[in-house]
Amino acid sequence: MIKSDTDFIQLKKQADLEWEKVVHCKTPVITVGTATCGRSAGSLEVLETLNVSLKAAGVKHTMIEVGCIGLCYAEPLVTVIMPDRPPIIYGGITPKNAGELVDGYVLGENPLPQYALGTIGEARVEGISPFDSLNVVHPQVRRIMKKCGIIDPTNMLHYIANGGYSGLSRAVKLKPPDIIEEMKESGLRGRGGAGFPTGMKWEFALKQESEKKFIVCNADEGDPGAFMNRSVLEGDPHAVLEGILIAGYTIGASDGYIYCRAEYPLALDRLRLAIRQAEESGFIGENILGSGFNFHVKIKEGAGAFVCGEETALIASIEGKRGMPNTRPPYPAISGLWGKPTIINNVETLASVSLIFQNSAEWFNRYGTEKSKGTKTFSLAGRVKNTGLIEVPLGITLREIINDIGGGIPDDKKFKAVQTGGPSGGCIPESLLDTPVDYDSLKQAGAIMGSGGMIVMDESTCMVDIARYFLDFTQKESCGECVPCRLGTRQMLDILIDITEGRGRPGDIDLLEELAQGIKMGSLCALGQTAPNPVLTTIRYFRDEYEAHIERKMCPAKVCKALISYHISPERCIGCQRCFKVCPAQAISGKPKEVHSIDPEKCIKCGLCFSVCPSKAHAVEIHTGELAQQTVI
Amino acid sequence: MADVHLTIDGVEIRAPEDYSVLEAALENDIYIPHLCYHPDLKPSGVCRLCMVEINGRKIDVSCKTPVQNGMTVRTDTPEVNRIRRVTAELLFINHPSDCLSCSWNNRCELQKIVNFIGIDPDHVGMLRKTEKDLPVDDSNPFFLYDPNMCVLCGICVRTCDEIVGVGNLDFAFRGFNSVVSTFRNQPLLESRCVSCGECVVRCPVSALRPKEVPASTREVKTTCPYCGVGCSIFLGVRGEKIIGARVDRDSIVNRGRLCVKGRFGHEFINHPDRLTTPLIKRNGKFEEASWDEALDLVADEFSKHRGEEFAAFSSAKCTNEDNYIVQKFTRAVMGTNNIDHCARLCHAPSVTGLVQSFGSGAMTNSIGEIPDANCIFAIGTNTTAAHPVIAYDIKEAVRRGGKLIVANPREIDLCEYADIFIQHAPGTDVALLMGMMRVILDENLHDREFIENRCEGFDAFKESLGAFDLPSVEKITGVPADLIKEAAVTYATFKPGMLLYAMGITQHTHGTDNVLATSNIALLTGNVGKRSSGVNPLRGQNNVQGACDMGALPNVYPGYQNVAVPAIKKKFEDAWACALSDRPGITHVEIFDAVLEGKIKALYQVGENPVLSEANSQHVIDAVEKLDFFVVQDIFLTETAQYADVVLPAASYAEKDGTFTNTERRVQRVRKAINPVGQSKPDWKITCEIAQRMGKLGFDFVHPSEIMSEITALTPSYGGIMYERLEKQGLQWPCTAKDSEGTPYLHAEFFARPGGKGKFLPLIYKPPAELPDDTYPLVLTTERSLFHFHTATMTRKGGLKTLRSHEDVLMNPADARVLKLKDGEMVNVISRRGMVQAPVKITDSSPKGVVSMTFHFAESPTNRITNSALDPVAKIPETKVCAVKVEKASLEKDSLEKTRVKKAR
Repeated sequence: MIKSDTDFIQLKKQADLEWEKVVHCKTPVITVGTATCGRSAGSLEVLETLNVSLKAAGVKHTMIEVGCIGLCYAEPLVTVIMPDRPPIIYGGITPKNAGELVDGYVLGENPLPQYALGTIGEARVEGISPFDSLNVVHPQVRRIMKKCGIIDPTNMLHYIANGGYSGLSRAVKLKPPDIIEEMKESGLRGRGGAGFPTGMKWEFALKQESEKKFIVCNADEGDPGAFMNRSVLEGDPHAVLEGILIAGYTIGASDGYIYCRAEYPLALDRLRLAIRQAEESGFIGENILGSGFNFHVKIKEGAGAFVCGEETALIASIEGKRGMPNTRPPYPAISGLWGKPTIINNVETLASVSLIFQNSAEWFNRYGTEKSKGTKTFSLAGRVKNTGLIEVPLGITLREIINDIGGGIPDDKKFKAVQTGGPSGGCIPESLLDTPVDYDSLKQAGAIMGSGGMIVMDESTCMVDIARYFLDFTQKESCGECVPCRLGTRQMLDILIDITEGRGRPGDIDLLEELAQGIKMGSLCALGQTAPNPVLTTIRYFRDEYEAHIERKMCPAKVCKALISYHISPERCIGCQRCFKVCPAQAISGKPKEVHSIDPEKCIKCGLCFSVCPSKAHAVEIHTGELAQQTVI
Repeated sequence: MADVHLTIDGVEIRAPEDYSVLEAALENDIYIPHLCYHPDLKPSGVCRLCMVEINGRKIDVSCKTPVQNGMTVRTDTPEVNRIRRVTAELLFINHPSDCLSCSWNNRCELQKIVNFIGIDPDHVGMLRKTEKDLPVDDSNPFFLYDPNMCVLCGICVRTCDEIVGVGNLDFAFRGFNSVVSTFRNQPLLESRCVSCGECVVRCPVSALRPKEVPASTREVKTTCPYCGVGCSIFLGVRGEKIIGARVDRDSIVNRGRLCVKGRFGHEFINHPDRLTTPLIKRNGKFEEASWDEALDLVADEFSKHRGEEFAAFSSAKCTNEDNYIVQKFTRAVMGTNNIDHCARLCHAPSVTGLVQSFGSGAMTNSIGEIPDANCIFAIGTNTTAAHPVIAYDIKEAVRRGGKLIVANPREIDLCEYADIFIQHAPGTDVALLMGMMRVILDENLHDREFIENRCEGFDAFKESLGAFDLPSVEKITGVPADLIKEAAVTYATFKPGMLLYAMGITQHTHGTDNVLATSNIALLTGNVGKRSSGVNPLRGQNNVQGACDMGALPNVYPGYQNVAVPAIKKKFEDAWACALSDRPGITHVEIFDAVLEGKIKALYQVGENPVLSEANSQHVIDAVEKLDFFVVQDIFLTETAQYADVVLPAASYAEKDGTFTNTERRVQRVRKAINPVGQSKPDWKITCEIAQRMGKLGFDFVHPSEIMSEITALTPSYGGIMYERLEKQGLQWPCTAKDSEGTPYLHAEFFARPGGKGKFLPLIYKPPAELPDDTYPLVLTTERSLFHFHTATMTRKGGLKTLRSHEDVLMNPADARVLKLKDGEMVNVISRRGMVQAPVKITDSSPKGVVSMTFHFAESPTNRITNSALDPVAKIPETKVCAVKVEKASLEKDSLEKTRVKKAR
């Protein structure tokens, strides 16, 4: 039990020794990224194979399961630390080539540059670039994610050795108003999406007089394609706990809740373990670090409702009610959980709090813009070469993220748009790619920062279809409480479905805009207030695509099934029969070496013929608009 | 509360500072469209229609924006209208538009809103319409739920939670597919729904609507004829029939709320089984007779039995005026004080007990004070079933932060709201309460100043507490000592505290002691004589308080004036111009004993059904069969009336004028809504006509108001009661003078006892008269169903019988296992006095060793087996405890199936 500075220093020493065993190991240390993303890529099998091979070879080694380093495209990731050699990160390791790693590098001296991503630290290995110099890593500033994929998330000592809990240790010696001053100085704004200054929020709650106050960590990451918080919880759970504790001490709360979605079983396991460890060592409990501060943390599993990420709905859910939002004011900082002052901060916000107090406000705001300080994690997904989790200084441009970190668009396709902020955000076109990524600039562009989802789309994406996709999500996730959101999102979806299916009517665009304004202004909570954003931004930047769908029954991206037809060019068909063989509807006829044709009556537009047509022939064409209708006729 | 000034659309208005902008607007006749706001409920802000512009800056919902000084509100800006129009159009396009054929046409809030906001036909034409086709739930006999009509305003959900406290409804599913649903989407009838209809009357559209809604031609304000709460209602009349009832929202008693019986239980009025002509039994068969024939016969026969050979039962269901006339007739015409009524079977100990300790046997407080209590101690009252509207107030008190202690042998619905639930063994109330009092004294939580200044008899009482140490009390009651202690500390700490009780306290051979224990604990903690602070017997029937007040009791004239006091006797002899007996009459149960002994030969029974309602009812049957002459005056041919020589058809409450006095001593008007059914006549009139035929003057009243004038003149506590003063809210006695405003709570400065002090009474614990033994190993206790009233003469005439169709013997699973009984199996319940049959219902709500039954069902006449052992003071039989055995009924399977009824709650 840590009850004094001396105790803490003692523990830190112990932690340093533990960490030494990893970085300056005597026997091989192998780390495998076994966060959810790694596991889905097969990392557990890789780990097993490595263990078996090493055992067979009689090598005494240490195997550590670590979190996610962020390079999803290169999973499963394995890091090999050999005594007196620089650690090397390998990507794309499968049970098949895992043995090579053992034979080549652990038993031998071949660093296997063909699998290596990079080396960690100053020392160099010939033929392998330093990890930090990789194009995908170089523009990043990794702070929140610094320890993710590096330390053992189940070993609290690894966290402590890397500066963990020194922030709490410092904070509990400060007076709450001073902490708030430091928070304000850091310029940290809520990472959940709205970007409200965290220090100010805490100040409201501090000023409330109440015998009971609460801290809630919002870990209900619900945006499709967003997984930043999951990675932090899986890879560095104590960072979040430390933030919760600092927040709790500051406002005078006695209890904290982590509201985490049940779809994150591994994150929940890691959190439960971390809470137990923190309780056992005295970071959670009574008289924390001898400061007189008492605090307990509970986990509440969410049942998978997107709206429960909205803070008032989240409160209702913790209280055991149906997760439906409430009007604000009063804001939760004044009257939240069970009517008591409650601070709700997102996972990343709280992890940032730990960093601010482990380092300093000045250290934190070294990066960022005037109004958006620090770094921010994003999950970069969609049509980019390097998908994954990234952390960048605020103010970086979208272009830098997509082209430099993301490596641009694969398959020589053209960039079309990037969606930020998930279903509440908007689509930003190429003309605005130099928009700096900060709260205010993104808002100006019609999107939002959101919690950090970033989906890149290329020319093969239909923007009306994308709008339909997001509306489909929001209308399903609407809690149904207020009229504009319940009926309005469904109405907009129905219109978008009509447009994508060729039933769009003149006037529909105006109608969508009219509805969108009414829903934005009229809805009770942020879900409804932002749900029309994807529609509004796509209309704003891609109006011509809407018009094409409505007026010419044409899908320029050739995505909307009702508006396209498949056709085989007689000039180019080589009669290879590949399409004939795969067609599930027997819609293609044609003998070998003869020109094939598609029966439009039978065609179900699955696109298989298009995808199997040899690239040298390129005979299957997609028609849309008048051409498609002619084909059909 | 201070007022603030604001302007709405340029109009300067004032509003209390806790008002919302919407409330301020509506109160000043400025309409802002709204769908989810209801004045009885907390605002939810979900319909988003009441948007206004605040201070030229922001647009927000007015229902959740508090008024502020200097605020400028605009309700009609283009921006506001645009948001509202989109919302209204969305609602319109997703709602069936068959308005003209809809039963809610012209009453529908959505219609009103769409009319007000105005929708753009071109716009609406562009919108995509999705037809919903969800099944309609018509399982409830009185109303249906049509989700296709629902606008999801949530008013029903909030009503069921905030007003009724049942929480049967909530939203299910998400987004466009959201619906209001019961738990697991059960049909309403099978859900926890209590059928009160509070949601139905608040539904702004026709999603929850009555099954039949004929418009009434006129409405008549009157008082509900069921329990003692005395809710004010409007009866809807169409032609010559009562077609329904609605709440009187202005009533101070029920404050806009009703229960299932008060709202839907009026079908009995025009029921074909109503008695429409006098009946005379000839050769064992009833024959229709003319009034002259019947009344002459009655007058003749009664003339033969003047004096102690005669007894009359008056009725707690009849008006004050009816009761006054029956007791006057008994005393002045028949020359005896043998007059009693069913209060003897329910609250006699409240009178005998509270008169000793406080000087008055009525509720000390008003119903409206309940929500403000910081502690409510509900002992021996199943309030949600027997006094539903008072139960709403108890739950309201809990919602406001008050503590609730429930003490009851059965786990009743109120327990869900309770902070402390004490499940004591039946009949151990004295031990429980005395044990609590000892804790209060030991913990020094008693109110010394109150005891010293306002009470007497403390020392003797204190001494009697010696026997009630917690280990002994735990042994007697079966309640853990810690829980008793917690309850005692809670009651003594959270003030003001209101103690509520009902039959669970009174229907015992030591009922008077039980009542004295409740008054002792109130005196000990100083919990009496203040607002929201006192002892409150909840009266069972609509006018049981009034019937007592009117002197339908064997020992007192109206206003509890003792018949044995010469000066009082003289006053009534002068007023009634006759000689009166100073010998107190005999009580309810004793009257039947006297009949069996041949002492009483003629009985006049007004509006009561003792064959079902009296303990050990076989002795009632034996007695009435033995009578020389038996007259029953009622609205139906009841089980008791079957034994009568003459049956006189009475008018129901809806067919006569008069007054009822509710449980909080409030005298309220009953108003004639329709003419008496058939040849029936108001009770007072029938009795007067008998008296007149017997040659007595002083019975020539033309209207009940004249009777009330006579009551007023002779009854000090009713001295200020006049019909014209009762128009709005009635008056609470004591109301001694024409300018008295009545008395909301009693004993404010002095107790009503001689000397003005409250009296502590020492008590000892006495076990019930009959305890379980090897032959009769179980305790039977009686209870009430929410859906029925008393012997169910009124409630088994309409939809209520669907809600609860038959008797159930509630039994703990452990006992059922021992007896190898399955749920729903027919059983014989046997006591030393007889046997009844009913299906068993296995439930944890019944404690081990205890079974319970109602007495609503003539096929399972529970009172055949209850014990008629009497409290020596109050003469109330012990219907709450008797020893029984239960065995599987040896019925053939077929007949068993026939007897079992399909839908039971």
